[in-house]
Amino acid sequence: MFENFDAVVLARAQFAFTMSFHIIFPAFSIGLASYLAVLEALWLWTKREVYINLFNYWLKIFAIAFGMGVVSGIVMSYQFGTNWSAFSDKTGPVLGPLMAYEVLTAFFLEAGFLGVMLFGLERVGHKLHFVATLMVAIGTLISAFWILSANSWMQTPAGYAINADGQFVATDWLKLIFNPSFPYRLVHMVLAAYLTTALVVGAVGAFHLMRDSHKSGPRVMFSMAMWMATIVAPLQIFAGDQHGINTLEHQPAKVMAMEGHYQSHPEGAPLILFGLPDQDAAVVRYALQIPKLSSLILKHALDAPLAGLDTVPRENWPPVPVTFWSFRIMVGIGFLMLGLGLFSLWTRWRGTLFSSRLLHGYALVMGPAGFVAVLAGWVTTETGRQPFTVFGLLRTTDSVSPLAAPAVGSSLIAFIIVYFAVFIAGAVYILRLMKQPPHHGEQGPRGDTPARAAGITPAPAAIASRRFN
Amino acid sequence: MGLGVDVDLATVWAFIIAFAVFVYVVMDGFDLGLGMLFPLFPKKADRDVMMNSVAPVWDGNETWLVLGGGGLFAAFPLAYAVLMPALYTPMIIMLLGLVFRGVAFEFRWRTQRERNRWDIAFAGGSLLATFAQGVALGAMLQGVHVEGRAYAGGWWDWLTPFSILTGLALVTGYSLLGATWLVMKTEGELRDEAYRLSWWLLIAMLIAIGAVSIATPFLNFEYAQRWFAWPNVLATAPVPIAVAGVTVLLLRALANRQDYRPFFLSLTLFALAYAGLGISMWPYIVPRSITIWQAAAPENSQIFMLVGVAILVPIILIYTAWAYWVFRGKVNAESGYH
Ligand code: HDD
Ligand code: HEM
Ligand code: HEM
Repeated sequence: MFENFDAVVLARAQFAFTMSFHIIFPAFSIGLASYLAVLEALWLWTKREVYINLFNYWLKIFAIAFGMGVVSGIVMSYQFGTNWSAFSDKTGPVLGPLMAYEVLTAFFLEAGFLGVMLFGLERVGHKLHFVATLMVAIGTLISAFWILSANSWMQTPAGYAINADGQFVATDWLKLIFNPSFPYRLVHMVLAAYLTTALVVGAVGAFHLMRDSHKSGPRVMFSMAMWMATIVAPLQIFAGDQHGINTLEHQPAKVMAMEGHYQSHPEGAPLILFGLPDQDAAVVRYALQIPKLSSLILKHALDAPLAGLDTVPRENWPPVPVTFWSFRIMVGIGFLMLGLGLFSLWTRWRGTLFSSRLLHGYALVMGPAGFVAVLAGWVTTETGRQPFTVFGLLRTTDSVSPLAAPAVGSSLIAFIIVYFAVFIAGAVYILRLMKQPPHHGEQGPRGDTPARAAGITPAPAAIASRRFN
Repeated sequence: MGLGVDVDLATVWAFIIAFAVFVYVVMDGFDLGLGMLFPLFPKKADRDVMMNSVAPVWDGNETWLVLGGGGLFAAFPLAYAVLMPALYTPMIIMLLGLVFRGVAFEFRWRTQRERNRWDIAFAGGSLLATFAQGVALGAMLQGVHVEGRAYAGGWWDWLTPFSILTGLALVTGYSLLGATWLVMKTEGELRDEAYRLSWWLLIAMLIAIGAVSIATPFLNFEYAQRWFAWPNVLATAPVPIAVAGVTVLLLRALANRQDYRPFFLSLTLFALAYAGLGISMWPYIVPRSITIWQAAAPENSQIFMLVGVAILVPIILIYTAWAYWVFRGKVNAESGYH
């Protein structure tokens, strides 16, 4: 098996697969960690029981999601070496330190305080416990900072030179870290994580409101989530637009692929809404387009000329169909999120936020939308960078490990089997927890700890056997 | 080539990576070991206690592995680029093992019906990960085939009797750490059982260390030279002597049932074995083909990170110690930590 496959293609498939699984968890745990910190702060501040109930409710879910994020992340940190060893040799001197800083400033912080956050409320006291929660939340954000800096450098390299061994070396660390696309990517990704989490929380709230619209837990979480969607969705669209303009400056070929512009348009380029890009013929078939709008969005002028892929050597073309479609999925979902936010604002004004079944149905369907948008966004970014790993400088075909196809193929199959088995089980456990509404005296991950600290009914005897105190 | 150590950046980094890997071995070693001992403790209550004794700290423990790998990528990219493809299969197996055991920490509490399945995942994953780490170590020691700046061997080169032996040795070693950890953290029957196991595991580990030590010098002439030639033997002889001394202390601590000592003495045994390993490898990072100086990243990369390490590692050690302190003491089934 696999003898006839191309090892490069298999390595790409493996990276795409493991990475796509990984990012699902950070997208959720970055947002959820911050949400938990907010809930705990509200509880400490107002002493209202509903907040600690919600905190414990989401803490259990967080524990599972975070665990899956950790194990899939550890896989990622070795994927560079196992599958992209030539890439590792060449970029190690610049990307390695960024990742080392991620480990030192983020991963240890998250991991060091996670145990206290999950199991320590009663052992360390409320204030210190809140500090632990805050540290975990901050850790996830610092982690996003470094890894997105590394990824952005691969998109828009800066502050480097190339030495005699063909390795990239740093000439200016600040320029390297704050490379041109990094600020945009960081903002866009963190907002994406917040939106993703808000939609999940909102969907769970909506689900329980549909059954009983009077419970305080679902009401509070639904309302909080809808505020997030209302405020963050427009910000995200704005951030995405700015991100695209930045990409046009630094990676024009990627934007051409996103827009489906095989041809140059000297007098204003149309915005192709839908169509079927045909890479071989270099045309978009059945294009449904609005004249000049693309120039307006990207250049802020109707008649501004826009170059197409006909100005780029063919061997440097990214695969247009994938980039084109994944981009549309992301943007489409972005506008659906905006719609949800606006709708919730309208019902809030009308006083039907907790009773509008239409709104609840909409929110429920949008539950997984954030994940889809995040994946679509990354596929746009990464596929649009092809055929390079370091844009314009290092080709994907020159990055791969000297491994035979059977080795990469077998490990790919192993990852697929294990990931599906393990992470689907995890998703089922999470969904099961979500199916229960948060209730009075909600328990933390191991049964009792936080509930007792809150002075609420202690855990039932059945779970007393696995309890910390 | 003597044992003299010139202090330069590459050397400093070699010690930092060695330190990270050692901390990893020490910290994740006992929780992997505890996982491997799971099948010997069939009672649910015992397993709950075992799992809870490491649940608050396992993620931090595993982060040292990420620092070891990430540090290698950053400070010695060439070594990372050569070793990872060379150790491809054991690495992938280790990662998959870690996936299984890592998720089990939360999954097993979320299901009644499938709990047994996640207990098996926990034990099996721990065993796979440990064995794969040991095999990777052995495969590295026996040397890999390098041409230019890349690995040039096949994807089964790692599999030899020697690497299987090191794999088994690590399984016994981590199990000993796990058993002595249980002695320290538990009470009653569970602790009695852990004491009993510690005896057997200590014997097994001594046999394994002995076998590996005998085999290593014969892997190639240079290792033998290093250990037995005059005057090197002055530097190397204390290692086996210390191993013997610590073993005696450990046997006594087990016999006198001094709950805390066996764990720390087992760690000391590990430290000695690790020092022996360092003596064998120095100054190669890929044995017999790439030295630390050849693999070193440019100075400015190493300096940039050194600043971070110097400031952050002490802070990390402090809050890690705090987390252990929060969850100190014995764990039992009735009252959890107390
Ligand atoms: C935007 C955010 C983001 C992105 C793009 C990535 N990660 Fe990640 N990663 C996180 C955000 C994150 C996190 C929020 O910090 C996680 C997720 C859940 C978690 O447990 O921590 C995490 C966990 C995590 C861990 C486990 C840390 C631990 O032991 O606690 C490792 C080793 C990595 N990641 C490595 C990677 C690598 C090598 C990536 C790229 C190829 C990568 N991550 C992409
Ligand atoms: C976080 C979400 C991410 C997702 C979903 C993602 C997705 C992908 C996908 C789909 C590919 C394959 C592209 C193709 O071959 O057409 C890829 C490749 C790659 N990505 Fe990412 N990526 C992410 C983040 C990162 C980060 C943070 C880095 C590095 C710091 C990175 C480095 C790479 C490398 C080295 C490759 C392999 C070479 C290649 O095929 O281009 N990726 N990724
Ligand atoms: C609706 C308006 C949106 C626009 C105009 C937009 C624009 C963009 C652009 C241009 C990129 C590629 C940047 C590059 O590779 O250089 C991108 C990437 C991405 N998008 Fe969006 N986006 C939008 C909505 C969303 C939403 C709603 C989400 C998720 C909730 C999202 C998540 C992402 C992610 C995770 C990436 C990859 C990381 C990155 O490169 O920033 N986007 N987006």
